[in-house]
Amino acid sequence: MSHEHGDHGPKEPIGWMDKPDFVKRLFWAFYALCAVLVVAEVVFGKATEHPHPNEGWFGFYAVYGFISFWFLVLLAKPMRKLLIRSEDYYEGDEGAEDAG
Amino acid sequence: MLGSLPPFVPFFVGALAVAFTKGLPRKVILLAVPILGGLNLLLGLEHDVQLQEFLGGYTLTLLRVDKLSLLFGYLFHIAAFLGFLYALHLGDGDVDGAVGDGDQTGGDRAGLQHVSAMLYAGSALGAVFAGDFITLFVFWELLAVTSVFLIWARDSKRSFATGFRYLIIHVVSGVLLLSGALMLAHRTGSVEFGHVGLEGTGAAGWILLIAFGIKAGFPLAHNWITESYPESTPTGAVFLSAFTTKVAVYALARSFAGEDVLIVVGTAMTFFPIFYAVLENDLRRVLGYSMINQIGFMVAGIGIGTALAVNGAVAHAFADVIFKGLLFMSIGAVMTMTGRTKGTDLGGLYKTMPFTATLCIVGAMAISAFPLFSAFVTKSMIMVAAIEEHHYIVWLFMLFASAGVLEHAGIKIPFFAFFAHDSGIRAKEPPKNMLIAMSIGAILCLSIGIFWIQFYGLLPMEMEYHPYSTTHVLTQLQLLCFGALGFIALMKTGVYPDEKRAVHIDAEILYRKLGPWLVRKTGSAVARVDTYVRASVLELVASVLRVAARAHGLVGPLARSWPTGSTVLWVAILLAGYLLFYL
Repeated sequence: MSHEHGDHGPKEPIGWMDKPDFVKRLFWAFYALCAVLVVAEVVFGKATEHPHPNEGWFGFYAVYGFISFWFLVLLAKPMRKLLIRSEDYYEGDEGAEDAG
Repeated sequence: MLGSLPPFVPFFVGALAVAFTKGLPRKVILLAVPILGGLNLLLGLEHDVQLQEFLGGYTLTLLRVDKLSLLFGYLFHIAAFLGFLYALHLGDGDVDGAVGDGDQTGGDRAGLQHVSAMLYAGSALGAVFAGDFITLFVFWELLAVTSVFLIWARDSKRSFATGFRYLIIHVVSGVLLLSGALMLAHRTGSVEFGHVGLEGTGAAGWILLIAFGIKAGFPLAHNWITESYPESTPTGAVFLSAFTTKVAVYALARSFAGEDVLIVVGTAMTFFPIFYAVLENDLRRVLGYSMINQIGFMVAGIGIGTALAVNGAVAHAFADVIFKGLLFMSIGAVMTMTGRTKGTDLGGLYKTMPFTATLCIVGAMAISAFPLFSAFVTKSMIMVAAIEEHHYIVWLFMLFASAGVLEHAGIKIPFFAFFAHDSGIRAKEPPKNMLIAMSIGAILCLSIGIFWIQFYGLLPMEMEYHPYSTTHVLTQLQLLCFGALGFIALMKTGVYPDEKRAVHIDAEILYRKLGPWLVRKTGSAVARVDTYVRASVLELVASVLRVAARAHGLVGPLARSWPTGSTVLWVAILLAGYLLFYL
């Protein structure tokens, strides 16, 4: 990070998110963890006392988790189009009420 | 009669003491009251306290001690202690950029907040230890009246309006509670605050359920949560998030366990707020929606009604107060130090507030139900109970909602506040008391998850459940990690929606926009009809007057004054005529 003000500005802290290599490694570690979790299901299997009909499918929870996030966001986006209003949507009205 | 001291008493006395002290003595009192109250709870409560033949012959029970009331009693003492520790710096006036605690405006606003928080905590304790509906009603209303000052203390026009709406909604809930209780008493002859249910209780049962539901944030009655929490002070939100809704959850568990309708309502509550939470920009409003989502799990658990489910519901309420408190504390710390709470304004704070960021992540992991954290051992009871009772669809919804929790509370809150794009804000860590309160909260989140056997011992029902099976740990980690993987994919592909400075319409539009609009329109319609009717009547009167005036007016033939001369003439003519006829 370079600064035009040089010594005059406050010392700019550099966090780990400013180091792309480190962030990339972190992501890879996370992908590895996900892979381990799938392998673990092969090794340990699943055994619940009262299984849900779908629960026994291989990788059910992993797939369900991933899809849930996409479903959530893909449904939220059109919802936003329908519901979004300016930040003073309510204030304007209440102001009018005050004036009246 | 008073062998045991009802737990609200130390708090009410404490509030009085806080009002008349300042500086160090006040701080000592703030911390001492929850500790002494806690000791009273552990050692002093031996038997119930009743007021016989009070109010129309009913027996009022000021103190009912059982495992359910004790669990919430412990919880509220912990919450009060953490809240006061977190708010201890108020009034010191040495916090940089402190926004919203009202210190800048002069007066003893810190004192006002402390006193109202103390009374508020006391009211919550009064409500959960109440053994009859009349006592419950009194504390139910006190909860609203005492806590509204935590919103008004922001001292803005907006917080004032929000506070009023908050007050009205809660007073309505209280009035419904009293009406339902009286109808029930008329039916059964008792005001005991026990199981009510919907069968055989007629309208009384439904009215009570709605009264509890308003406070619990049932759909359509939920916006008081998302409106008032973001408008309260940074410290006030911590108290608000702890008490009111949990008293309602307690009341539902006490009176409506096993009611099927609660399964549907609860599932709906877990589901719809997570969409709003994705879109919302104000992080405390996101936490408000998150609160509704978590209460949804509890309400559904109470609806399922088995020992495991009800234990799960109240255990999750316990865990929620701690982790949601921790999340509100961490965002409150950000607000105190930066004056901002919106995702669009924040980011990159991990560089200068690493402790706060870490503690926020602990809260986020706890609410997301990672193994070793609190929700892992509490929420799972409700989920397992749903499967055991063959509520498969409900279970699928809850599993989806669990992924949703990870999205908005687990990832979004810490990510947008402390990481994401660098906002350039270089705020310092908050005051030490805030950091210590958050640290204790974080330790408790882990303690519940790790020492679950001891924690389960506090739960009201007998049950057999072991949360740390290989399968549970594995499947939960799969759900969460692959959910997070989904988040990464959404961010990398640019599909994830940006934070926007906006509001998203919710049910509150009914009373903030539609209601006033209807009143205005009805008013102007009535005014128009009124004007028309008045004008028509006036016109009618005027025309009658005109006709009358034509006949009887000054120039009217019937109203002329006749001069004496002409009268004499007429008399003469008449006499002449007379003479003419008779002569």
